[in-house]
Amino acid sequence: MTDSRIEISFTLNRRPVTLRVDPRSRLLDLLRYDLGLPGTKEGCGEGECGACTVHLDGVPVNSCLVPAWQVRDRAVLTIEDTAEAAVERMLDAGTTQCGACTPGVVMTARWLEANPRLLERFSARHLMAGNLCRCTGYDGIIDGIEIPVPDREEA
Amino acid sequence: MQRIEGVSKLVGRERYVDDLDLGEHLWGATVRSPVPRGRVTDLRFSAEVDWSEFTIVVHTDVPGDNTVFLLEADQPVLVAEEIRHIHEPIVLLAHPSRDAVRRAAKQVDVGVDPADPYFDFRAAPTAGQLQRGDDNVLKRLEINKGDVGAALAAAAHVVEGVYETGAQEHVYLETQGMVAWVEDGVVCIKGSMQCPYYVAKAAERALGLDREHLRVMHAPTGGGFGGKEEFPSIIAIHTALLAMKSGQTVKMIYERTEDMAATTKRHPSRVRHRTGLDGDGCLLAQDIEVILDGGAYQTLSPVVLSRAIIHAAGPYTCDNVRIVGKAMLTNSVPYGAFRGFGAPQSQFANERHMDVVAGRLSLDPVEFRRRNLIKDGDCTATGQVIDDGTDRVGVMELALARADYFDRRAEHRNFNAQHAYLRRGLGLATFFHGAGFTGAGEVHLASRVMVAGLPDGRVEVLTSSTEMGQGSRTVLTQIAAQRLGYAPVDIVIVDPDTHRVPDSGPTVASRTSMVVGRILDDACAALRQRLGDAELRGDALRAAIAAWHRENPGGRLSAEASYRPPPGVQWDEENYRGEAYGAFAWAAYVAEVEVDLRTYTVRCIGFRAVQEIGRVLNETLARGQIQGGVVQGIGWALLEECMLHEGAMVNNQLTNYVIPTSADVPPIDVIFLENPYEEGALGAKGIGELPLDGPAPALANAVADALGVEPNVIPMTPERMMDLIEGTATHD
Ligand code: FES
Ligand code: FES
Repeated sequence: MTDSRIEISFTLNRRPVTLRVDPRSRLLDLLRYDLGLPGTKEGCGEGECGACTVHLDGVPVNSCLVPAWQVRDRAVLTIEDTAEAAVERMLDAGTTQCGACTPGVVMTARWLEANPRLLERFSARHLMAGNLCRCTGYDGIIDGIEIPVPDREEA
Repeated sequence: MQRIEGVSKLVGRERYVDDLDLGEHLWGATVRSPVPRGRVTDLRFSAEVDWSEFTIVVHTDVPGDNTVFLLEADQPVLVAEEIRHIHEPIVLLAHPSRDAVRRAAKQVDVGVDPADPYFDFRAAPTAGQLQRGDDNVLKRLEINKGDVGAALAAAAHVVEGVYETGAQEHVYLETQGMVAWVEDGVVCIKGSMQCPYYVAKAAERALGLDREHLRVMHAPTGGGFGGKEEFPSIIAIHTALLAMKSGQTVKMIYERTEDMAATTKRHPSRVRHRTGLDGDGCLLAQDIEVILDGGAYQTLSPVVLSRAIIHAAGPYTCDNVRIVGKAMLTNSVPYGAFRGFGAPQSQFANERHMDVVAGRLSLDPVEFRRRNLIKDGDCTATGQVIDDGTDRVGVMELALARADYFDRRAEHRNFNAQHAYLRRGLGLATFFHGAGFTGAGEVHLASRVMVAGLPDGRVEVLTSSTEMGQGSRTVLTQIAAQRLGYAPVDIVIVDPDTHRVPDSGPTVASRTSMVVGRILDDACAALRQRLGDAELRGDALRAAIAAWHRENPGGRLSAEASYRPPPGVQWDEENYRGEAYGAFAWAAYVAEVEVDLRTYTVRCIGFRAVQEIGRVLNETLARGQIQGGVVQGIGWALLEECMLHEGAMVNNQLTNYVIPTSADVPPIDVIFLENPYEEGALGAKGIGELPLDGPAPALANAVADALGVEPNVIPMTPERMMDLIEGTATHD
């Protein structure tokens, strides 16, 4: 059997990586099973639940929908990049219960916190709507996000 | 106290079953039946696949009894011949490649000789559809109090109604998953589950092993909601069979589509009410029939039915009550445990019906409830005297005040008169939920809890209670820490493992804090007793434990306690009379909706949840339980429709089975009232399931308020709302 894999280089959690990937494989599987980073979760495998959210060049994407080779020469950030100190507020707010949605939730929340101007145009409830959670009812998630605008209007 | 495993979940360090580092291992997959009823004639393995690479397991490979034992031994591990529902497991495969095994599962053709299936649990089966007795009734139960016939005949008003609820999928975010391997002659199973001892008991029987040769371990579980109460036994046995046959470690993780199509759901229901009232609008008689679709095997349906009928008459005073419950055996994928366990279905019907009754009598629903809510000294349908000092009308009034109910209703009237296409309404539900197992259930379980003093003075807690997001690790730590005068970091919760922890019963029925917590309390006392001083706490206790270990090097300083029934609890299983539960939690929920007449969509725009739960052990966790449960209830009422075809869900993807997102629900306002329950740990009553009971009827009552229609069937999807608004509703 000829090796159909292709070699790619990219930045993973701020470090350069080079490896060979099967062109059919998903970024989600590459991270979880080949790179030993199982923090990113699979909830649906079809772009609905957001459990597999990672940052690609600073923007949240569903890693179950990204072919692994597409991260060539780009920067990937996963939940493993999250510092404990950064989640203190979420811990107190009840952002996590079972934790299966949590890595995705935290990655979307980190994007929001890094881009606070988004919250001038959209509510946190709308911006978080791509991350399904079956446990919290979402109040714990919304309350866990550091929102810099004066009133936390939740439409 | 903060959630113990919270940081590890928030930074992605928690290791669920699919995250475990297993080294070289095989992946498992399942070949399932293509028809709902019939006989297997042959299995055809496609010539396109090199089957020598695969481990293949069929029913003849099951070493013990070919049954997934629970209440009855009716469900096979693998179909031998008779198929009773679509997606029933027939062949198991394992292979080193996940993709290869999933592809191969589609290359096995099951030949069948089909038979006539029975699906509509509301209609009697035809002769050709009979599969149990002469009526396909799986279980029949009845509650009788007073003389319903005479009371109805004498009533000033009689009001009837029929109410229906659909199936609901759990959508735990982590799908079912298990790993298994054989180590020194011991079959080891580890995975996502609520009840390690249920899995162990079922697996011992199917695999023909004794307790020493079967070990079941819990892995952090990404949500359960009842969906990981009984089902994990099946996937655990399957994974173990593949591991035993291959001699390798095997991992089986369901894809979302397989999980939604082939695993249990909430029981669909139909409830009929006939209610007699006197001239003042007080209840004289409640005549109720509850029918559940049980699906193709028994699973836990009789117990779900039991809880459904016990809650069917609601928290009201009524001297004459008859409740008949039936669970039907059909050829649908088996229905099973789901948070609330029958009570959400029967209380949807009852709370919706109470508004219908109030409407017929031209009484305000609030005033109707003021007159009829159960008061201390009155008794429930089973004759259980309620005397706990809770002011149930007060619970309701607080919810109304939080919602600014009367002013908001007046505002809505104005709004509705002026707006071109939006209509707003408010709805109320008052309800209750019995915590712990029904009747003598806890006595039969005889749960045990162990604690052990470690050489460094810390204390280990050993229970089979599992953490699935509800916070049991944290709450059990809190209880032990408080009782022993310890800091939480000095309490070690041992991961449930049937070779290490005693059987504390299943992690279900809102029983962990209240029941297991109470036994833990006793176990802590027993530990101090063992050290000879019942007053030992904190540093003195640590010192005593350390001293014991110095005197008994290598010894184990453990103490155990088991369940003690609260005094005065009598339950007559035969006649369904007596104390059904040690305690009830009481609640009143108010929902506010907005209906769009252009799109027929119903949005929940406000929600207040007031409940009396004994004592709140951990505010953040308790609030999260209520908020999460309420949103599951909102989903069940408004969005979540299982489209069933041949008895199985065909919209088995998150793309077309819609659960609420953050943008679909308002903030959930949660208020706790505390009236400590003496027999619960630190005064707590169970709360896990309560929040599923109230949202659906509160929302339906709000829609009725907004539009003047009678939404008696859920989910209230746009299709159903269109029928209702345009007057074309066709439900029976
Ligand atoms: S797993 Fe990627 S969106 Fe659900
Ligand atoms: S915490 Fe369980 S799904 Fe969000």
